[in-house]
Amino acid sequence: MIYNFKTMPKVKINRERCKGCQLCLIYCPKGLIEKDKNLNKKGIQPLVFRNGECNGCKFCAIICPDGAVEIYK
Amino acid sequence: MGKILINGNEAIAEGAIRAGCRFFAGYPITPQNEIPAYMAKRMPEIGGVFIQPESELAAISMVMGASASGFRAITTSSSPGVSLKQEGISYIAGAQLPAVIVNIMRAGPGLGNIWPAQSDYFQATKGGGHGDYRNIVLAPSTVQEAFDLTLLAFELADIYRNPVMILGDGMLGQMMEPITISDIKRKPDSKDMVPLDKPWALTGCRNRKLNLVASFRMREGEMEKRNLELQAHYKEIVRKEQRYEAFNEKEAEIIIVAYGTMGRIAKGAIKRLEADNKKVGLIRPIGLWPFCKDVFTKLFKDNATLKKILVVEMSYGQMLEDVELTVLGRYPVEFFGRSGGGVPTEEEIVKKVLELY
Amino acid sequence: MEKIYNLPESLIDVSTHYCPGCGHGIVHRIICEVIDELNIRQKIIGVAPIGCAVIAYKYWDFDCCEAAHGRALAVATGIKRVRPANIVFTYQGDGDLAAIGCAETIHAANRGENLTTIFINNAIYGMTGGQMAPTTLLTQKTATTPAGRDAKLEGYPLKISELLAQLEGVAYIERTSTDSPKAVLITKKAIKEAFQNQIDGKGFSMVEVLSPCPTYWGLKPVDAVKWMREVMIKEFPLGRIK
Repeated sequence: MIYNFKTMPKVKINRERCKGCQLCLIYCPKGLIEKDKNLNKKGIQPLVFRNGECNGCKFCAIICPDGAVEIYK
Repeated sequence: MGKILINGNEAIAEGAIRAGCRFFAGYPITPQNEIPAYMAKRMPEIGGVFIQPESELAAISMVMGASASGFRAITTSSSPGVSLKQEGISYIAGAQLPAVIVNIMRAGPGLGNIWPAQSDYFQATKGGGHGDYRNIVLAPSTVQEAFDLTLLAFELADIYRNPVMILGDGMLGQMMEPITISDIKRKPDSKDMVPLDKPWALTGCRNRKLNLVASFRMREGEMEKRNLELQAHYKEIVRKEQRYEAFNEKEAEIIIVAYGTMGRIAKGAIKRLEADNKKVGLIRPIGLWPFCKDVFTKLFKDNATLKKILVVEMSYGQMLEDVELTVLGRYPVEFFGRSGGGVPTEEEIVKKVLELY
Repeated sequence: MEKIYNLPESLIDVSTHYCPGCGHGIVHRIICEVIDELNIRQKIIGVAPIGCAVIAYKYWDFDCCEAAHGRALAVATGIKRVRPANIVFTYQGDGDLAAIGCAETIHAANRGENLTTIFINNAIYGMTGGQMAPTTLLTQKTATTPAGRDAKLEGYPLKISELLAQLEGVAYIERTSTDSPKAVLITKKAIKEAFQNQIDGKGFSMVEVLSPCPTYWGLKPVDAVKWMREVMIKEFPLGRIK
């Protein structure tokens, strides 16, 4: 099966706003959120969205305590 | 309108209503129970709010809420209850809100008793709650003055966005006298009176940026800046709002300093002493904070015959300290006071003056 | 590409002072979502507590008032009584609402004040450094119960919502959680109902929101939500109480 990632929802995590709590990571039903290797200015390892089969469920945005998640389609 | 016969507590309650106060919250305590009873009847008649809250803590916080919303609000109590209100008074001062707080003093410390006293002077004038703040304090000595000073209290509270305390005692609260009720809001003596609108009030942020009422200043330096602003504000109040009544003060050999009910009793004593050719004058502070320092300074220049100053209080020497700080050793400052239910009589004051004369 | 998830307009778009994984940020946001959806931003007056949320007003783009510790519902009563056309709510933690402000809470509820209260229960004192709250669980370790809360010494976790539900002045009480996206959506629905009740003049409404405090629970945020599900919710069962 070939996915067309271009038409799928995309999550953008504001890496400077992110406090690295990882709640979005554990609740993403598709496992599309991972820890960034580089630290942000707070010295925290922020979360990052990796392109994939996002279904636009918005769980990441709903659970984010810091308003750091934006979702585009 | 002609004269009406009314007691001091009711005069304060009616004064508040005539001043446009539309919110009362107060917990019953003797000897000021006539105020909540009067307000419970009057407030609904004029579309105002009366609440008997669960505590003094709640009462003063309700006043804070009503005042933050832009309404004139009052709470009344007596000494032990006013101790509880100190938390809220500090927040009101810190948030720069107007509010009128009435303390019809009774004897303390602790539960004390319900007899009149003046032993909350320190609490009223030196802060009472935590932090570097000041209450404007007004001390009526007659029922008429209780009414008039209540009108003034609301004006001053709004002008300076500061808590104003009316400091009376059980005797004044319970005493009945005929008074003239004025319907018009009395303008304060202040010359810099500006139209009172409250752009800071919480109304919901329609067509404007949000309003915030808070005393909290978290960032480094912010609280100090705020305190310096408050101090500048207090300095202005000290400059403009000293109030007193003086009598025979220029030619007196002894000057009695007494406020509220004691001021009234001292007047009686002075009349008796006059009959005996004794030159005794009176300074009756009407505002306790700011204290009327300027009249003393003037007196020291104008009065060449002054020998001694006598402070009389229903306490063991609280206002005495402010008088001493004003006189600064230039004249001997003597004291006579009783507290715990005892009220110095005219005879006792006369006796004390004759001892000093 | 079109943005399909927006932060509510009533929320000021800044970084908060809260610790990673703290539930306050979530509840602040959903309150703002509800205010936007009900179109009441211009009528709202919020009352902020003492505690970690003391500067909640820094994140809310509407009128707010401070209250002394525990007195939020007294301040809110003063506001609402003189401005009945405004929508007034308090945001309070467990210490503010159920310990130092217990009297104000019970009496405002009992008077049936037409107010909305959002009660954040994280079973601990955050601002002051992790001391025991009235809602701290038995055996839970805090700075002031180093050996764990002992019923003989400190009593039991206070079920203030159940207590308030007994009062006739209370219109609505629900306990919800923020441990998962689904739980957050349920919380939002409850908060919306609590505000709608005020709009409809029904009386006192409160939503108790169980919320994580990873820092003073000594857990990673992902373990904190797990602890909520496995332990805390058993002590504080979710659902409508009244």
